[in-house]
Amino acid sequence: MRDTRRRRVVLVVLLLVSLTLIALGGGSSGPGKALRSAGAAVFAPVQRAVAGVFRPVHDFFGGLGGADKARLEQLQKENEQLRLQQRAGDYDHSRAAELDALLRIAGLGQYRIVPAQVIGISPAQGFSNTVLVDAGSQDGLKVGMTVINGDGLVGRVKSLTASTATVLLAIDPQYKVGARLARSLDLGYVSGGGTDQPMQYVPFDPQQVMPSGTVLVTRQDPTLTVPGGVPIGTLISAQGPVGSNGRSATLQSFVDFTRLDLVGVVVVLPRTDPRDSLLPPSPSPTPNPGQTPTTPSPGSTPTTSASGTARPRATSSPSHT
Amino acid sequence: MTVGRVALATVLLVTAAVLQTVVLSRLPLPGATPDLVLLVVVSLALVRGPTSGALVGFSGGLLLDVMPPDDGQVGRWALVLALVGWFAGGASDAAESSAVVPVLVVALASAGAVLGYAALGFALGDPRVDGASVLRALPTAVIYDVVLAPFVVPLLMRLARRVERTSTYARTFR
Repeated sequence: MRDTRRRRVVLVVLLLVSLTLIALGGGSSGPGKALRSAGAAVFAPVQRAVAGVFRPVHDFFGGLGGADKARLEQLQKENEQLRLQQRAGDYDHSRAAELDALLRIAGLGQYRIVPAQVIGISPAQGFSNTVLVDAGSQDGLKVGMTVINGDGLVGRVKSLTASTATVLLAIDPQYKVGARLARSLDLGYVSGGGTDQPMQYVPFDPQQVMPSGTVLVTRQDPTLTVPGGVPIGTLISAQGPVGSNGRSATLQSFVDFTRLDLVGVVVVLPRTDPRDSLLPPSPSPTPNPGQTPTTPSPGSTPTTSASGTARPRATSSPSHT
Repeated sequence: MTVGRVALATVLLVTAAVLQTVVLSRLPLPGATPDLVLLVVVSLALVRGPTSGALVGFSGGLLLDVMPPDDGQVGRWALVLALVGWFAGGASDAAESSAVVPVLVVALASAGAVLGYAALGFALGDPRVDGASVLRALPTAVIYDVVLAPFVVPLLMRLARRVERTSTYARTFR
């Protein structure tokens, strides 16, 4: 009898402690915040080291999962020698292409970026959309900085340790960023819809025309450390009649958030807004609005450049033998 | 609580949490991430009973709460896993002889943890918790944990029993 009572006391105390932690701010303030930054500081080096050790495992799966159908068909056409090297080589190529795209977008936008590798992803059962990357305050990162990759907007830095950073992804409902319809001055903001709902664009002006297929870019906001002109996505469909107050539109992001690997943190904003210079060269990839979500235009550039570098190698190797 | 028991729990929980955040989370698996911390909590609870189960669950949960990139409120996993450890510990007598009971407990614990965490988030007004995301996380979480359980749980239980046996003196004080 006494034993079960003592046991219950332990449980009740533990539950009260957890509830107190939650009530005192959770992680945004109070003891929870202190605990979290202490935990992050202690475990960041361990997490980095373990991620490094398991890198080959991830590379294997990355190379395997990254090969989609079109890419496989293309590879089958290439010769036998290349096929032997395919798994390792393919992943290296896609990685190099990712870095190329990232540098291209940073160069065009005149951002100064710090490249970082994703080393951890928050679990779906935790319901938050965050990733852990291997760059931190010692690399010049600060909380609030915008994170991009070769395809476009990824998110913003939520918290930091010396060597790692937690990035809040743009699909998270807590994420919000000022946006602009490309090639116009129509403003609004974009917020995440979670893993299952598409991202939302809310125009400031309810009279705004929002044709599907329109590209959205970020609006430069130096106080919030958001660089301008970063591609976000294309509009899919608008809800609500023109002029009504609760008007919004869903959008398809350029970035594939299920396959994040290499990202860049914008540490220095461009002095002037790069406007539309980061968008694909011409609006030709969006002739029929119905198909636009499946073909994000900036993403198509790295893939073609990757296959372009692969082909000369295939033709040059037979000449050696 | 002897030094050996605390040391074992600490090592297992930290290893599980680190592997879970940086290795398992990045495997291209659809839906949830396999919950190693939950398996450690259930295994130790099945050997040590409800009180220790709750303590180990609370510690493991707190570890998950503070380890990046987690972004929920600190204390949320701690509360849920303390309850999971407590209830799993209640099945410790049944788990002594059977090999099926631990797997069954893992299935219930896994579902309970996802639902409990979601319910708590809902009560706290977390905008990220909705029906669709729960439905997406729940089945895969249970499946992954149940698939891992026959490999991980008996091993951890044997390890915990060995530590328990070497500290038999402590048992007399329990």
